[in-house]
Amino acid sequence: MSEHLLEIEGLETSYGSSQVLFGVSLTVAEGEVATLLGRNGMGKTTTVRSICGLEKAGGGSIRFAGQRIEGWTPDRIGRAGIALVPEGRQIFPNLTVRENLVAFAANRHAAREPWSLDRIYAFFPSLEKRSGNLGGRLSGGEQQMLAIGRALMTNPRLLILDEATEGLAPLVREEIWRCLDALRGSGQTILVIDKYVERLIALANRHTILERGQVAWRGNSAELDADHGIWHRLLGV
Amino acid sequence: MTQLILEQALNGLQFGLMLFLLAAGLTLVFGIMDMINLAHGSLYMVGAYLAAEVTQASGSFITGVGVAMLGTGVLAVVLEVVLLRRLYARNHLAQVLATFALILIANECVRIVWGAQTLMLNAPDALSGPVRIGGFLYPSYRLLIIGVGALIAGLLYVLVARTRIGMWVRAGASNREMTEALGINVRLLFTAVFAFGAALCALAGAMLGPLLAVQVGMGESILILAFVVIVIGGIGSIRGALVGSLLVGLVDTLGRAMLPAMLRALFSPEVASSLGPALASVLIYVLMAAILFWRPEGLFPARA
Ligand SMILES: Nc1ncnc2c1ncn2[C@@H]1O[C@H](COP(=O)(O)OP(=O)(O)OP(=O)(O)O)[C@@H](O)[C@H]1O
Ligand SMILES: [Mg+2]
Repeated sequence: MSEHLLEIEGLETSYGSSQVLFGVSLTVAEGEVATLLGRNGMGKTTTVRSICGLEKAGGGSIRFAGQRIEGWTPDRIGRAGIALVPEGRQIFPNLTVRENLVAFAANRHAAREPWSLDRIYAFFPSLEKRSGNLGGRLSGGEQQMLAIGRALMTNPRLLILDEATEGLAPLVREEIWRCLDALRGSGQTILVIDKYVERLIALANRHTILERGQVAWRGNSAELDADHGIWHRLLGV
Repeated sequence: MTQLILEQALNGLQFGLMLFLLAAGLTLVFGIMDMINLAHGSLYMVGAYLAAEVTQASGSFITGVGVAMLGTGVLAVVLEVVLLRRLYARNHLAQVLATFALILIANECVRIVWGAQTLMLNAPDALSGPVRIGGFLYPSYRLLIIGVGALIAGLLYVLVARTRIGMWVRAGASNREMTEALGINVRLLFTAVFAFGAALCALAGAMLGPLLAVQVGMGESILILAFVVIVIGGIGSIRGALVGSLLVGLVDTLGRAMLPAMLRALFSPEVASSLGPALASVLIYVLMAAILFWRPEGLFPARA
């Protein structure tokens, strides 16, 4: 049981009176990359926002590193080791690139090779050139790298990426994928939401597909790769 | 003439810097928590009363100012934890109603404790005389206010622009949710910011006490100016609050001093003397309207 870093069971979340998640279950093991898939509006963002405490879970349980975290405040969940790269990037436009990175730097879980400003700049060389620029002045791709760098600077035990490649030029997208490959290589646990199924099959080996707030399918990369009916039916590709 | 302008400019600077002490807290409260706190001016009043009381009792102005800042800060923590926290999630109307009630309560409490008459708060004797600057004499106490105001503005700048706490405050003002998700307890941070802002209010109240009357209702008139300042400067921005304060302080002071004379050159004396003060008192609102016309978000908006 406790081999899983993240373990969600029967998660239900509502916006006001309209329920969006109907019993979502999901696990992510330490050191693995897992995905959360589904067409638009199926509840992926709501799921990760519930994990992060940004939406209140109305039912079910969320277990992280052996602790029940549903009902915790977002900052406590953040300090427990979950970092979100949110939909729409949401970098701080009024902070410089450097400030966006150093403001939240922490190593609360004694990572052996903690991220530092220098390592982030080596990882994303284009950010180093923009170090003194305000976040709001960056291009979309740079903002995305900054959002990832900002999350990494907290040295999270679990990194969650919500549509990190959305709206990016193909070349920039490739750079993000390469970064994710490198992160996986370093043993970072990642939960990723994205639209590019082929890339995700190569990157991850545990996939969960949501359909109207419920888990419609789950399986590994070989199973997902073999069944293109799922792609059409559940992913709309 | 230039001497008058210079002297009034110094007065404007002095007033602007004190206004900044209020506006700094107000803009952060509004910016981070999206909370309209009309009672901010009451903290300024309480600070002035505490300073007057303690200065009288101890015979030391510095002790009076220190105790006023500390006491108002503690009061602010109690206020924030007991009442304001409940208001953050409410809409602006609820906040306005509740904090307006606070103004009335604060005024009544002050009346009960200190009575309705104006209180005396004297500047330290050593600073009662004037000093010579260039060609004219200027009250040394007003110079002290400018010095203290500039010092605090500098300290605040370093705190907000150079420290991690400052980064969290700016981040919280621009995107509270994301700041929390990155591990910062914005609620606690905010209690601290609120208390700090209240202490600055008290400092302004204490410093201005010897110049203006320490009386019930003193918080309301300056509160309106502080709101003009943060709207001009951009909600949530310390830099905006500083620039806005100096603008409002200078325009208001210089306007009141110069406008009647300038009008006299254009109109008959009777018209000028009745139009001048009226026009001067609306000058800062004209300034605000003009700035909002060009920059609807204010000069330095914290949100994108
Ligand atoms: N703040 C909100 N208030 C009300 N309903 C919402 C809110 N946010 C999302 N929803 C609804 O909840 C459902 C799930 O939305 P969610 O954003 O979780 O989907 P998603 O899978 O992330 O979609 P996408 O691929 O478009 O990002 C949708 O029907 C959406 O309209
Ligand atoms: Mg989404």
